[in-house]
Amino acid sequence: MRFALRGLTTNKLRTTLTTLGIAIGVASVIILIAVGNGSSKQIQASIDKLGTNTITINSTRGGFGRRAAASGSSSKPLTVSDAVALSSPINAPDIKQAAPITSASGTCTVGTSTTTPGTFYGTWPSWFEASNTTIQKGTYFTNDDVVQGRHVAVIGATTATDLFGTDNPIGQVMRCSGIPFTIIGETSVKGSNGFQDGDSLVVSPLTAVQRSLTGYNSLSSIVVEAKSAKVQDLAQTEINTIMDAQHRIKSVAKRDYRTLNQASLLATSNSNSSVFTVLLGVVAAISLLVGGIGITNIMLVTVIERTREIGIRKAIGAPKAAILSQFLIEATILSLVGGGIGVLFGYIGSNFKIIGIQPVIVPASVLLAFGVSVLIGLFFGSYPASRAASLRPIEALRYE
Amino acid sequence: MLAAAVDETVVDQLSLTTDVNPVIDVRGAIKRYGEGDASIFALAGVDLKIMPGEYVAIMGPSGSGKSTLMNIIGALDIMTKGEYFLDGIEINSMDESALAVVRGRKIGFIFQSFNLIARTTALANVELPMAYQGIKKDERRKRALKALEVVGLAGRVDHEPTELSGGQQQRVAVARALATRPALLLADEPTGALDSKSTADLLDLFDQINAAGRTVVVITHEDDVASRARRVVRMRDGKIISDTLNKGRAA
Repeated sequence: MRFALRGLTTNKLRTTLTTLGIAIGVASVIILIAVGNGSSKQIQASIDKLGTNTITINSTRGGFGRRAAASGSSSKPLTVSDAVALSSPINAPDIKQAAPITSASGTCTVGTSTTTPGTFYGTWPSWFEASNTTIQKGTYFTNDDVVQGRHVAVIGATTATDLFGTDNPIGQVMRCSGIPFTIIGETSVKGSNGFQDGDSLVVSPLTAVQRSLTGYNSLSSIVVEAKSAKVQDLAQTEINTIMDAQHRIKSVAKRDYRTLNQASLLATSNSNSSVFTVLLGVVAAISLLVGGIGITNIMLVTVIERTREIGIRKAIGAPKAAILSQFLIEATILSLVGGGIGVLFGYIGSNFKIIGIQPVIVPASVLLAFGVSVLIGLFFGSYPASRAASLRPIEALRYE
Repeated sequence: MLAAAVDETVVDQLSLTTDVNPVIDVRGAIKRYGEGDASIFALAGVDLKIMPGEYVAIMGPSGSGKSTLMNIIGALDIMTKGEYFLDGIEINSMDESALAVVRGRKIGFIFQSFNLIARTTALANVELPMAYQGIKKDERRKRALKALEVVGLAGRVDHEPTELSGGQQQRVAVARALATRPALLLADEPTGALDSKSTADLLDLFDQINAAGRTVVVITHEDDVASRARRVVRMRDGKIISDTLNKGRAA
């Protein structure tokens, strides 16, 4: 043990470089897997913001897809009564709530400031909970506001900044497509889900938007919240039963609506990001392997350099196992120290954002990388060590 | 003080001297390198018997086979044909790992180029063969310090080889060889790299060790080294050509 240590301290630069090779390998495994994991967590978080228990119902009427043509004139639009039916606790025990949505478009102005909200919804107060939207300033609108058709609005952070800069928007009046809306609340920042800015948002009572902008004929969608993620499939079945009854649908092929399940979105994105993580892991594993070859290389050089010493040791009675273990210990120390430094680098490196992704360390990857680096030390060190151990003493002694 | 230390090794040696076995018993040793017509006989039939307590010099010009014989006696190499008993143990049929054990326990080597382990203190160098034998640390330290005292280096135990003169390094090597209490001290051209003063000191040390009962075999081509031995074996072309007692010293 002591002799193995001495062997390492004899050539410090070489030892350092070899250790660095392993350290880089281990650190890259940890960091890259953390990046993959972080990106998957990030996608998951942005989907969480949309509400994981929600199912969105869209109409296929009006030329969306093949079913629209197949269903022909018999198809019905989504209506408020559909939303009411879906809210029934008797027919739909696994549905927490449903919110009808009418989607408007247009430009909102305050004085000379204008903005075009990415999302302009008329809906019920239940939408806020179903879509996981919370208020950071002001209040939500109420069922009473919906009944009365009051022209009030809750806006997102981007909309607020566009219209009011840093001023408080609460209590101010904006005009959207010429219609005045009093701002009563501002939502918490949602961020982007990768497709659109979740904070470029105007939400008003359904009746107000229908009366002044979109008309009463049809809804754009209905958002349904299941009681929990577990009963989402049950909720889905209940939606189909109720909607089929509401729209008098006889066969699945004739449905004039479709549902979009957040859970399936989540599953897709998770599988995408796990492929990403595996790819990053493979790249990192290759660098770990290269580090291992570095150990073999350095150990071979060490064995040749110390051939004479090996000869002396064997001449004075060192058994094969003693020489073997000396070099194996040396290689293992190299990889152990390298692995340790790598883990340290990994932890430090994971504190920084990499290509916009905050890495999240996977504890198993740390253990794996460290374990593999030690095994690599043993594996790649064993060849040079066995070469050293099987040197014949007279030849080794003659070596200059 | 120095004499007292040597006396203890005498007690240790008594068990060997009562043994009737020769320390070295080589019979019909043939060592051949290469195959068929191209083969060379480094040893062409050598018989040699060395009894406990003897001081033998093996002499011969280079190529005479004395180095090959030393490798075989030292269990560093095995012969092609023949028999070899070291302290009563049959060596020729042993495998490499068994040979390593025999070397560690039975033979103390002294080489021309000292062969100390670099960047390691004198004490650690002397302890090393005992460590390979599995002797406990305290015992190891005690015996190593005693051996270094015997060779007159008690004040240099913490010095590394590069901090010692050639003569001192060779004395560390002698201490390393003695500390394991071997049946045989085997020296290969021990004075080849030393000046005349160090040579004289070393040969005095050998006399002392032999006087204490230890068997000493020296391979050399220097007459003044051989003249200190009590028996001189001369070799040429892989054979022993003379085996004589040194009249002046045999008394």
